[in-house]
Amino acid sequence: MLQEVLTKGFVFPNEIEVLWSLMIVLYPYITGLVAGAFIVSSLYHVFGKEELKPVAKFSLVAAFAFLMFACTPLLFHLGHPERAFNIMFTPHFYSAMSGFGYIYSFYLLVVLLEIWFVFRPDIIARAKSSTGPLKVLYWVLALGSMDDSKEALHIDHKITLVLAAIGIPSACTLHGYVGFLFGSLKSNPWWSTPLMPVIFLMSAIVSGIAILIVSYYIIMIIKKQAVDNKCLQAMYEFLWGFFIIDLTLEFLNELASTYAQSQSHSAISWLIEENLHFSYTILQMGICSVIPLVVLGFVALKHMSDMLRNRLGLICSALILVQVFAMRWNVVIGGQLFSKSLRGLTSYAPSFLGREGILVAIILFSMPFVVMYVFNLILPLFENKGEEAQG
Amino acid sequence: MLGSGLVAAFVELPAGKAHASSGGRTHLYGYVVDTRKCIGCGKCVGACRAENRVPDEFYRTWIERYTVYADGEVAVDSPHGGEKGASPINKGDIDRSFFVPKLCNHCKEPNCVQVCPVGATYVSREGVVLVDEKHCVGCGYCIQACPYGARFINPKTWVADKCTWCYHRVVKGLKPACVTVCPVGARQFGKVHDYNDPVGKLIKEARLQVLKPEMGNQPMVFYKGLDKEVR
Repeated sequence: MLQEVLTKGFVFPNEIEVLWSLMIVLYPYITGLVAGAFIVSSLYHVFGKEELKPVAKFSLVAAFAFLMFACTPLLFHLGHPERAFNIMFTPHFYSAMSGFGYIYSFYLLVVLLEIWFVFRPDIIARAKSSTGPLKVLYWVLALGSMDDSKEALHIDHKITLVLAAIGIPSACTLHGYVGFLFGSLKSNPWWSTPLMPVIFLMSAIVSGIAILIVSYYIIMIIKKQAVDNKCLQAMYEFLWGFFIIDLTLEFLNELASTYAQSQSHSAISWLIEENLHFSYTILQMGICSVIPLVVLGFVALKHMSDMLRNRLGLICSALILVQVFAMRWNVVIGGQLFSKSLRGLTSYAPSFLGREGILVAIILFSMPFVVMYVFNLILPLFENKGEEAQG
Repeated sequence: MLGSGLVAAFVELPAGKAHASSGGRTHLYGYVVDTRKCIGCGKCVGACRAENRVPDEFYRTWIERYTVYADGEVAVDSPHGGEKGASPINKGDIDRSFFVPKLCNHCKEPNCVQVCPVGATYVSREGVVLVDEKHCVGCGYCIQACPYGARFINPKTWVADKCTWCYHRVVKGLKPACVTVCPVGARQFGKVHDYNDPVGKLIKEARLQVLKPEMGNQPMVFYKGLDKEVR
């Protein structure tokens, strides 16, 4: 069985099988989308970027939907998922991983609270206008608080502001922390860099903005509504800005590793040449970095028709989503493809079926969109098109 | 400065803890591998598998064969973890060739223990690094953290598995299975601080090395005659 795994050079016998699978690639990817989506929502709620108002609610719900499923890949991976809560019941605080349950729970609570306060006027309005079981549903969702007076809404707004302000560092902590899980492992030279948490955070933000752009565009097509071009333009600009920082950090990390020429460098070079040539050199650092970097620059700075700008922006966003996924893949899988003997490489190809296979990954990744769809049936993700859509 | 002080205080806690919360834990035992004696017969790997019901294709201990050619090329192999012995080398101008048995190093400052999120991997009072099978969640973080590739997820129990130095035997005053079956005495196990114990004497007097000392784990498996090519 394991002998069938293609290896080159000498790999320690217990390292032939790659342990952290596609599920562990998906976990930081989904977590990153949470962080990015929340940052967009906060740019409106905290920093008053009015142009992002059309996606402010949507981004908040997207953050929540992705957050709901951020842990599920881990459960599919764990040897004993039924013991998952040991991480909170008997935490070993010297472990970087032990804080995950608490950080995740705290962040989930903040997002849930913010959603409730942001959507409270909608809940109350629908509770008042609906009848029968729906009225009960909305009344329950309102937690019985039906006060939508000006004063009450003003207090809601203030609380939302505070929650969003707490949420920003929480989002950054959540994803920086995921990077720290890898960056703090001194046993693995491909992971062990203090830059890892920052790179994870920046790539999280860009992937979150990119997924919002793509989703917003597709949803508007499905809803047959016009997109808000001002909003999209603002998102392209933020995407470009964060992407520049992200790429700079990734490049600096690569440069530092190459320049230092440490003992592990030849093994890492071999890894990149042999096993990560496509996913790292061509996808992550090549096509999916260069094209969005250049094209988004034009999109952000040059005058062009809305249609052209949106098409280019959409392509760049899709490429960035691939870039970030490739980055997660290259970190998680790549880090396990070279032996700690520094003398050999192993290989990995996810199965389609199976607990940690591609099908499960696709289903898990689709679930947040199902959540958003269901949410939209109950409460509006977007403002009425008459008020907001201008494009 | 204050910030770095705080960080240092935090980061150094595990080491402090290792001594303070260990209930008087001492690193009682040590393990010495004499690479000049090992003949690569693989008896130790088989004995370990039988004694500890180690699943096929995974290894609590294994033997690596290093072959250094005249042109400087280094070839390392360990087919079946060396369990079936080594096949002859039929090519090239060889400078030197030797066997290196590997196993968990039962480090004084083990990365695996530090990273376990639920405390399922721990250090016994005697200094042996163990896994609580009933508590481990099978996340694999310890496996990633071990610089020696000594751990694996057991495909039968779905928890982290590793060499225990045959803890169940050691507490009865016996030696680990691999040490017992080694026909040439390449593997030795004993009390570190007991000068009357051959291992204690060796650790005190001989010039021994450990694997990957730069990791700072302070392994308790010591090597005699370790070649510079060994990692």
